Parts: sequence; structure tokens; C-alpha cells
Amino acid sequence: MKIAYYPGCTLKTKARNLETSALEALKVLGIECEELPRWNCCGAVYSLADDDLIHIVAPVRDLVRAKETGADTVLTLCSMCYNTLARANDLMKNDEEKRNTINAFMDEEPDYFGDVKVVHILDYIRDEYGFDKLAEKVTKPLNGIKVAPYYGCTLLRPREVAVDKSDQPELFQKLMTTLGAEVVDFPSKTTCCGTYQVLGNPEAALDISHGILSDATKHGANAMALVCPLCDYNLGKRQDEMVTKFEGATELPIYYVTQLLAVALGVDPSACDFELNRESSVKLLKEHNLISA
Amino acid sequence: MPLKISPRTVSEQLRKKIVEISGEDIGKCYQCGTCSGSCPMTDHINVFPRKLMALAQLGHVESLAEANTPWVCASCHACMVRCPRGIDIPKVMEAFRLLQLRQNVNQIEPSNLQPEEIVNLPQIAMVSGFRKLTS
Repeated sequence: MKIAYYPGCTLKTKARNLETSALEALKVLGIECEELPRWNCCGAVYSLADDDLIHIVAPVRDLVRAKETGADTVLTLCSMCYNTLARANDLMKNDEEKRNTINAFMDEEPDYFGDVKVVHILDYIRDEYGFDKLAEKVTKPLNGIKVAPYYGCTLLRPREVAVDKSDQPELFQKLMTTLGAEVVDFPSKTTCCGTYQVLGNPEAALDISHGILSDATKHGANAMALVCPLCDYNLGKRQDEMVTKFEGATELPIYYVTQLLAVALGVDPSACDFELNRESSVKLLKEHNLISA
Repeated sequence: MPLKISPRTVSEQLRKKIVEISGEDIGKCYQCGTCSGSCPMTDHINVFPRKLMALAQLGHVESLAEANTPWVCASCHACMVRCPRGIDIPKVMEAFRLLQLRQNVNQIEPSNLQPEEIVNLPQIAMVSGFRKLTS
């Protein structure tokens, strides 16, 4: 199996902590992947209109680039990129008419038939590596971290590309238990954070993000793990606004799942770009001696 | 408020257009309300998804024009995975958005973003927001 790694735009700048921690963790696990030598933005959201194929071209072009390298699997870290690439791939595999139109339009590229597999790092670790094997590699169990695993939308919906059961997923919980953290199950784990409505209706996005964080806190969490840079923005970076707007709102440390994975695997924290997290996130890990002061 | 249904208030052309863009058979909706019960944005929308589907089935021009629902919808697909009729409701929302955006009428203006917002927002927020809310 040859794995091509597709980073996506945000991981090279504002979510560098997602990329660096994931790549370091993969190294420890001995999973080899190579970044695509050329890639473009996937479009972030999959086009939902039946008559709009032009927006499928960008993700398909990335899949063609992956196939060119001889890879049979494309690995993603950002859940929005995962969703967009996986849905575009499904379309190219299953819809002959639209596939023909897109292939004809992209006449400078070789025809593509959806024959590369798109995976997310977490379902890859579960399915191809295995949590039992992962448990053996854990050198710094996340003792004392009561983590609320937050899935968001794009890893679970629609069902065709879901990495787990859309309504009752278990992947994050199992992963966090394997890493030695205490898992806090909470009802809002699959509720949307408001995503791009941070532009259109920022107050609405803030309200529902605050609802998700309060739910996690009420259930006893002292941390939240997620895997999407936009969720991280709404739920993490906007916590200052929440504390100002909502009475009784408190900070909750937010991590990328891959950062907790890397720490538990003994990766040097300086390689995980914790400076991009909130101060409270770094403080909690220091308190539990998971990273040095 | 009673809904006036007459040839002057409903448009078969609008209904057909929604079906054409979304690719969804909106007539399958039997008004169970599961979508409204699943929507995380119900505190912020003036027409719940169940009612929007009924208005779409009618092609009720004025009520649909007044609904902010498609512009507050975050395309989270919670309604879609639970719809017992298998309707891809986010596609119907997309159709409503595109009916406006294809007239070159933006819902948000990218040029109004403040420099500090541009610095702080992740790229996927801007790409997805502009894709969904601008023409």
C-alpha cells in the first residue's frame, strides 16, 4: 500500500499544529506517507447542487495527482478536506454520466475513475494499524485528562463517507481510551459548531459552539479533542468572545486529536506546535506532567 | 398567519427550479418534522426545515423569499442522515441559496471582512463561507 498525503490549505498555516503532530505520530507508528508534490485547495465544501460540476474539478484534480504518484490511498488530516475528497471520489466511482463530463472537461488530465481510496488518519489507524497495536506504543498515557471527543459533522455525514456510525460513533472514544485518557461522553459530540456561518451569522455560530462546550463541561470534561481547523476556530479561538457574552462561560482546553496522540506516543511536544493552541491547553498538559514546564 | 394559496402566490416554475438544482424529489417529504428536530440552528431561523419543505412543495414565492433558513443553514447534514424519506435536505437548501447567488446577489460581502478577521480565520472558513454565501 502506498499512501499519498494531502495536507490542505489550513494545515500549512493556522492549523500547523494538526499537521506537525499527526506527521510525528505517524513516524512513531512507522506509517509511511509522502506529501503530494503538487496539490490544490479541495474547495472546503462539497458542491451540493445537481447541476454544478465545476466545483468537483478541484478535488478530482488532487485525486489525479495522487494517482500519478502511484499511490492507492490518499491520507487526509483535516475533516473538511476528507469529506470533500471522499465525496468527489465517490461521485467519480459511481456516477458514470457525471464522471464522463468531468473527465471530458479536464482533457489535460488522464481520465479518473475513483480508484484511489480516500482515508482520514483516524479511520486509517483504526482499520489498518489497529488500536491494540497502538496501545503497545503508548509511552505517556494521558492520565488525568478527562476528554470530550468532538466529531463535528464532516467525518460522520453523509453516511456514504462516514468514518463511523453517523448517530452513535465510537472511534474517538476508543482512541482516547487507548491513549489512557478518561473519555467523557456528551450528547453534543456530533452537533455542528456552525462552521462557515462564522462569516454569515457569527452570533449563531457562537451560540451553538457555546452550547457544545457547556455540554462537555457539564458532563465533567476538562478538555476537548477535535480534528477540524474550523471547529477549532469556533470552539477554541472564539472562547474569549463566549466568556464575555455568556454568563458562567468558562474556558475549556481544546486539542487536535493528533496532538494528544503524539504526546501519548512520546513525541517531543516542541514538534507539535502547541503555541497555536490556547494557553489553557498547554497549562493542562503541564499540570499532568505530559509536557515539560 | 394563514397561508394564501392561489395561482398568484405559488409558482410551479419555482418548485421545478428547486427540484432541478437540488436533484431531490421534494414531494417525498411527509412532514414528520425530524429535520426540524435535528437542526442545530432552530434558535436562529425564522422558518424551520419541515415548514420550508412544505413551502417548497407548494412553490410559495413570498414565504420562501422571507425565509432566512438557507442562509443560516450550516450544511451540517444532521437532517439528511435522519430523514426517514431519504431526502437530501442540504441539497434543497443549496438550491435556495443558488437561486439568489446565480442572480449575482451576494449574501455576505468579502470586502467587508476586517483585516484582523482575515488574519485569524482559518482558510477553510473563508473558502467555505465564500462558496456558500457569495456568487
